[in-house]
Amino acid sequence: MDNIKIPIGPQHPALKEPENFTITLKGETIINMDMRLGYNHRGIEKACEERTYIQSMYIVERVCGICSHSHSTCFIQAVEEIAGLAVPPRAKYIRTIIAELERMHSHLLWLGVAGHEIGFDTLLMYSWRDREVVMDTLAALTGNRVNYGMNTIGGVRRDITREQLADLLKAMDVLEERTKYYIEVATEEITVIKRFSGVGYLSHEDAMKLGAIGPTGRASNVDTDVRRDDPYIAYKDLDFKVITDNHNDVYGRTLVRLGELMQSYSMIRQLVAKIPDGPIAVKAPRKIPAGEAFSRYEAPRGENVHYVKANGTDKAERVKIRAPTLANLQSVAKMMENNRLADVPIIIAAIDPCFSCTDRMIQINHADHGREKTLSWQTLHAFSLDWHRKQGIDFAALNAKLNRRMKI
Amino acid sequence: MTNEEKIKKELAEMFGFNTEQIRVARERRVFLEVPYNQFRRVLEYVVNDMEFRHLCTISGLDEGETLAFYYHLARTDGIVLNLKTSVPKANPVLQTIADIFPGGVIYERELVDLLGARVEGLPKGNRYPLPDSWPVGLCPLRKDFKIEALAGVDWQKEAKFNG
Repeated sequence: MDNIKIPIGPQHPALKEPENFTITLKGETIINMDMRLGYNHRGIEKACEERTYIQSMYIVERVCGICSHSHSTCFIQAVEEIAGLAVPPRAKYIRTIIAELERMHSHLLWLGVAGHEIGFDTLLMYSWRDREVVMDTLAALTGNRVNYGMNTIGGVRRDITREQLADLLKAMDVLEERTKYYIEVATEEITVIKRFSGVGYLSHEDAMKLGAIGPTGRASNVDTDVRRDDPYIAYKDLDFKVITDNHNDVYGRTLVRLGELMQSYSMIRQLVAKIPDGPIAVKAPRKIPAGEAFSRYEAPRGENVHYVKANGTDKAERVKIRAPTLANLQSVAKMMENNRLADVPIIIAAIDPCFSCTDRMIQINHADHGREKTLSWQTLHAFSLDWHRKQGIDFAALNAKLNRRMKI
Repeated sequence: MTNEEKIKKELAEMFGFNTEQIRVARERRVFLEVPYNQFRRVLEYVVNDMEFRHLCTISGLDEGETLAFYYHLARTDGIVLNLKTSVPKANPVLQTIADIFPGGVIYERELVDLLGARVEGLPKGNRYPLPDSWPVGLCPLRKDFKIEALAGVDWQKEAKFNG
């Protein structure tokens, strides 16, 4: 039988972001894979050259919808190093708290997506429900669920109160209990074990050669973690284990992420216990002296790196960003080899490529009488129809057109 | 002596670098600049003999007359060696490092597309990250790039690509 080429993407129901994978098949088995990336290229590096450092920080925060804190922290670490700013210890602890909360929401999100890709939607519903605990905590601490806007050059913009720290500990107890349950599911539920084991195999040697990072690399026993190897913000004050696994497949990647969640809860408890008092920011100059710095950060998906070159003005000469997914995509082609076509979605999802997740329900607090109001589905639907009518859209004409088309 | 100073001393003795070429910026950050004709030999040495086995990324810079490239190499003890080299802008030709770092191909393609470097020995493949219809020779990360240059481009037509 001849080999068949199947294009998957750039628009495809199994992938939440535009990427194209052209897969060569022999029967059901994947022979090789070719990638076409760049559909989401927005020219952020160039944009940073034409904006001040503080403006760039907000742009960089929007590189990724999930790892927003990862990118802004990685960027300003480099800027602060060039400017020689001593960030106050309390600010470093606050940055670390947000960083670990971000890892939790990212890993819980991943667990749900992984469940969804193997048709185990109960896992998706459960883990995303629990993820809301993290999202609510982040919203309480920063005012937002993603793109927290917590960082500023020289420190952070908001302090965390004693009450918020107490709430944080309560949230950790809930999440820890739930994660223990997920570990039980992952290690005992036969559907999960059968469906994840041996899928998307990446040997230790290939992971090393192709430069796999983060949980993807650690599940192939690549024992690296920037938090331990090249400590930044408050990580050198914390006691934690780097989770590795030698299953080398999607199952291993699941165990690594679940193990990392447990470590993150412990880190938050240590941070809350040790957080020092003091100022949360130092004043940063508008112009940054000439110089260069290379900054690394362990984002939920792996090592994130930023290189910044300053030229003495208020704008950067060059900003270079390498997000973790770009490094991990190199391993995907290898993971696909000799797998079945039906495994493609879960293999791609297993490196946790970056999805955007800003959807949410809004609870409106009426400013004039302080009453809470939740929009029901019916009200929201009616509101939407009404809004579109006001824009001049005639639903009767649209329906008539649709009916005509359906007849042909 | 710290590990960073040891690296500095070893490289200075091995290749005769002076203090302007090699500097320890801070703990775990070493910067080294080498001329391109020495680059490959230094790269092989630091990868094979000094265990800088992880390529974080390659940063390309437009420095006026030259195009400069930073190869950010990391080691398991957390030290990053930022190895810089440069080629004249008039003839920006590099040799690929895909034989040492197979995962580095995507970073080299980025240099080709965004800075107009010519990378010899780069395996055949799709361009990255610009669209297929982006005109060849128009490099957005060069300092003289003007957005007006994109006026009149036929976005439906695939550009002839030399990457």
